[in-house]
Amino acid sequence: MTDASLPARFERPSALAFLGYAAAIVIILWSFTGAGFSIDKVVSSPPRFADFLDRAFPPNLEPQVLARLGWKMLETLQIALAGAVIGITLSVPVALLAARGLIAPTWINQIVRTALGFIRAVPDIAWALVFVVAVGLGPFAGMLAIAIDTIGFCGRFFADDMEAADKGSSESLTATGARKLDVVACATIPAAMPAFISTSLFATEKAVRSSTILGLVGAGGIGIELKVGFDLFDYPTAMTVILMIAVVVISIEYLSGWARTKIIGVVR
Amino acid sequence: MTDLSVETLVADTRPDGTGAESFAPVLPVDLRVTGLAKSFAGTPVFSDVSFGLSRGEAVAIVGANGTGKSTLLRCLMGLIPTDAGSIDVVGTDVRSASSSGLRAMRAQIGLVSQKHNLVPRLSVLSNVVQGLLGQKPGLRHWSQSLAPARSRAAAMAALQKVGLAQLAQRRADRLSGGQSQRVAIARALVGQPRILIADEPTASLDPAAGEDVMDLFFDLARQEGVTVIFISHNIDHALKYGDRILGLANGGMPLDARAASLNAEQLRGLYD
Repeated sequence: MTDASLPARFERPSALAFLGYAAAIVIILWSFTGAGFSIDKVVSSPPRFADFLDRAFPPNLEPQVLARLGWKMLETLQIALAGAVIGITLSVPVALLAARGLIAPTWINQIVRTALGFIRAVPDIAWALVFVVAVGLGPFAGMLAIAIDTIGFCGRFFADDMEAADKGSSESLTATGARKLDVVACATIPAAMPAFISTSLFATEKAVRSSTILGLVGAGGIGIELKVGFDLFDYPTAMTVILMIAVVVISIEYLSGWARTKIIGVVR
Repeated sequence: MTDLSVETLVADTRPDGTGAESFAPVLPVDLRVTGLAKSFAGTPVFSDVSFGLSRGEAVAIVGANGTGKSTLLRCLMGLIPTDAGSIDVVGTDVRSASSSGLRAMRAQIGLVSQKHNLVPRLSVLSNVVQGLLGQKPGLRHWSQSLAPARSRAAAMAALQKVGLAQLAQRRADRLSGGQSQRVAIARALVGQPRILIADEPTASLDPAAGEDVMDLFFDLARQEGVTVIFISHNIDHALKYGDRILGLANGGMPLDARAASLNAEQLRGLYD
C-alpha cells in the first residue's frame, strides 16, 4: 500500500477560471433575454400547437396536390444534386490552394481560407437572395446558392483532410524527384480520398436540406409550396410538404450512410 | 572483459585515432558528406558527420534510437534543411541546389521506407509506375491506366524482379507486409536509380519475411550495380549485407569501418 493520499474528487477552480465560468453564465442568461425567452409562452404554446396539428391533419393527399408537390420535390432534389456536384468539384482546386504546405505559398493559403470563411459565414438563404437578384427567380438561383455554400463547406474540409493525410506516400514520391503537383495528385489526394468521400456525402445531405427552404425566397424547389400553404392557412397542404421533406431528407441520410459504408467502409 | 564502449570501438577501427576512418574510394564517388550538422529547435541531433560512398558500395547505418539515422537519410535527399556542412549526391550540391536541381538529383535515387509508403487505394502496378514520376513528370504517370506502354512494361518488369507480377492489379492495401515491401522495392528500382536508400526496410516485417526482403533487395541492388545505403537495427543484417558500417552515437559518427573488420559484439557497444 502506498502512503500517497487520495487526490480530491474535484479540483478547486482558480480565481481566473471562476471568473470565466461566471462570465459564461452571465452571457448565456443575457442571450436568453435577447432571444425573448418566456416561460409563459412555453407554457401557453402546447394548446396552440395542438390547434395547428388539429387543423393540419389529415395532410392533403389529393392526387393532383401530391403530383404537384412531387414534381416540386423532384426539382428540389435536382437543385441539390446539381449544386452539390458543381460545389464539390470546384472545392478540390480551391482546397489545393487553401491547404498549407501543398502547392501554394502561405499567403495564398491565408487569402483562400479567409474567402472560404466568408462564404461559410453567409447563410445559404442569403446566398439564394443574392443569386435571385443576379440571375432572377427560379431554380438556377437556388442551384448557384447550393454550389457556393458547398464550396465554403467542402473547400475548408478538403483542405484540412489533405493537411492531415498520411505523409508517408508523399515523402516517398518526393524522394523520387516527383513534382509537387504530381505528389499531390498521386499521394495526397488518394490518401485523403476516404475523407473527401465522407465530406462530399455530408455536403450532399446538407444541400438537400438547404434546397427545401430556398423556395421561401423564390430560388426554386418545394419551399415556395410551404410558404404558400402557411400564407393561405392551408395547413393540410403545408403538413404534406413538411412530411415529404422529412421523408426525403431522412431517406437521403440513410442512403448517404449506406454509400459511405459501402465506399469507405466506415460509419462516421 | 571486453570493453565495448564507443570510444574503444572507434579507437579499434580508426588507425590514426583522430577521427572516423576515411576510406579513399577506389570507384567513382556517388555521395560525399562533409562536416554535416543538424539540429531540431536548437537541440543538436548530430554534428561533424563526414563520409563518402563509392559506386556499387553497400553501407549500413547503425545506432540507437534518436541518434539521427533517419534524419541523416532525409538530409541526404534534401527533404529537410541542414545546419552546416556539405552534401554532394551524384554531382549535386544538395544544400545549394534549386528545386529543379533537387528533383533531378532525387530522380537518381530510389527510396524504400520502413512503412513501405505505398498509395493504399491504388493498384500495385500504378504504385510502381509512379516510381517513374521523377524522370517522367505529369499526368501520364499518375496511374498505370494512363501510362505509356514503355512505362507500363518497365513497371511490370520491376514487379517480375520482385516476384509479384501476378499481383499487378491488386490494390496495395490488400497486400501482406512482405508483399507490400517488395512492391516498394519494385517502385524504388523501376527508375533504375544510381543510389538506393532504405530506412529500416524490415522493421515492420516478421523475421522470415525480413530475411526474404533483404536477400531480394541486395540481390537486385548488386545485379543493377546500385550504391546502397540502409539503416538497420538488426546487427546481423548490417554485418551480412553492408560492405561498410557507419555508426551514429553521442551526436556524431564515431564509427566508419569495413563490415569485415567488425563483429556483432563490437556493434552492440554502439547501443550502450
